[in-house]
Amino acid sequence: MINFRSTWAIYLNELARFRRTIFGSLVGPVLTTSLYFIVFGAAIGGRMTDIGGVEYGAFIVPGLLMLTLLSESTSNASFGIYMPRFTGAIYELLSAPVGVAETLIGFVGAAATKSLILAAVILVTAMLFVDYRIAHPLLALLYIMLVAASFSLLGFILGIWAEGFEKLQLVPLLILTPLTFLGGTFYSIDMLAEPWRTVALFNPIVYLVSGLRWTFYGQADVNILVSFGVTALFLAVCVTIIAVIFRTGWRLRS
Amino acid sequence: MADVAAVADPILKIDKLSKIYPGGLKALDEVSLEIRRGEIFGLLGPNGAGKTTLIGAVCGMVRPTSGTIHAFGSDLARNWRGLRSRIGLVPQELGFDMFDTVERQVGYSRGLFGCAPDRGRVEEVLRSLSLWDKRGEQIRKLSGGMKRRVLIAKALAHDPDLLFLDEPTAGVDVELRRDMWRQIDTLREQGVTIILTTHYLEEAEEMADRIGVIDKGRVLLVDDKHAMMRRLGRTEARFTLADRMDVLPAYLDPFGLTLDPAGTTLCYRGGDGTGRGKQEVAQIARLLTQQGILFTAIEQRESTLEDIFVDLVENGVAA
Repeated sequence: MINFRSTWAIYLNELARFRRTIFGSLVGPVLTTSLYFIVFGAAIGGRMTDIGGVEYGAFIVPGLLMLTLLSESTSNASFGIYMPRFTGAIYELLSAPVGVAETLIGFVGAAATKSLILAAVILVTAMLFVDYRIAHPLLALLYIMLVAASFSLLGFILGIWAEGFEKLQLVPLLILTPLTFLGGTFYSIDMLAEPWRTVALFNPIVYLVSGLRWTFYGQADVNILVSFGVTALFLAVCVTIIAVIFRTGWRLRS
Repeated sequence: MADVAAVADPILKIDKLSKIYPGGLKALDEVSLEIRRGEIFGLLGPNGAGKTTLIGAVCGMVRPTSGTIHAFGSDLARNWRGLRSRIGLVPQELGFDMFDTVERQVGYSRGLFGCAPDRGRVEEVLRSLSLWDKRGEQIRKLSGGMKRRVLIAKALAHDPDLLFLDEPTAGVDVELRRDMWRQIDTLREQGVTIILTTHYLEEAEEMADRIGVIDKGRVLLVDDKHAMMRRLGRTEARFTLADRMDVLPAYLDPFGLTLDPAGTTLCYRGGDGTGRGKQEVAQIARLLTQQGILFTAIEQRESTLEDIFVDLVENGVAA
């Protein structure tokens, strides 16, 4: 039986931390995304041809949104659980009547909520630079929530795995960002020559970007069902890993 | 009658609890312990004795290797959700979100343990610890003693029946320490059972009803504080002689006296905490006077809990 009061307390506590740093949390990603729109949308985008009938500036919106979603969800959740470990405040969580469900919903829910707020701000910012539409808004929202939750779970695992701030940044910087850049954020993988097109299909981020792009424009490199399937599978794998971590107490209980 | 009930129905029962860390360190070695309802139990031991590991095992931070823990009559491993909400912990280290405010952190702790938000109760806890005026302050801006009070407030926010205080007065000044003792007394009056670990033997002597001594993961002794003092307490007396003595006279043999190498001080160590030691010192003084041996001073002291503790840990005297 889930303890809802405990879950709510963790969730609100995490959001309170977000409120304290709201300026930095929002301004940084918004500024970065704006720069991408200025450089790739306005400066270079004007010289690019449409991709599948979508103006280049609009084409990169889902990819840039995904870039922010992945990095912010991962870092928010990893920081959320790493900080109590770092400061020693984790004792309270471990001694409280909360299990894996309360902890996950509280921490991951808060991290995903922050990402959703950020996604909304990015979409509004994008409107200032490019004209875009969302063909399937409900599916887009569902997909964004699924991705935010999945990568918040990944961040949670990283936050438990990391033994220092350097490791905390390792996966987002060295793995997620390169894979997102190579995952079709700024181009369609159909534009790649073989064998790179086939190689690109081994990049899991391709499925995420492609899925979100489909919800925006009704067309993508990969079938939308495959994209949903890959994301759901990733979420399930993360939940399983976290369940094992809690069962064994790895890096949490001595 | 109440004592009999408390003994029959311990609030915490630890049975053959062991903890071996992956590196092979045996932090707890078949520890068995019963804590009575409503008492203050002082758990004493040197650094690395296993005190914090024992607390961690009960509170969920340490996974025991073997053994069982029953709290409130129920198996803690099986019914941890229900039982943990009745247990509070004030850890040794200051661990909290330093950038958060006092009131919000205490409210968070209350919610984390499944209690409904109650600003009135949070206010009550903060006032009782003289933290109400600091409620809006970021914790990082508070003094060390105040931060420790915040830890106590967080532990009390969900009204636990069983409270662990792991070195609660470490690093706080004397005034604040005495203030905390008063707090602990108030909690006892409210019926909270308290398990207290401390380095200050004076603190245990002042506060605890019963004392447990743990070393190298084993419980050496558990006893009522006064019974322990009676059983293991000693009287020490030093007679400073006016003239040098070469050999101890035979009439002093029954008292087990020692003579220092200079031959000017007679040392007595004996008794059992019941007053027998003091009587023997008086007897020795009488005998010396009768035999015409002059002494210029007598220094006499009763052993403290600290002496007993040092004896137990250094000499491994078991109960």
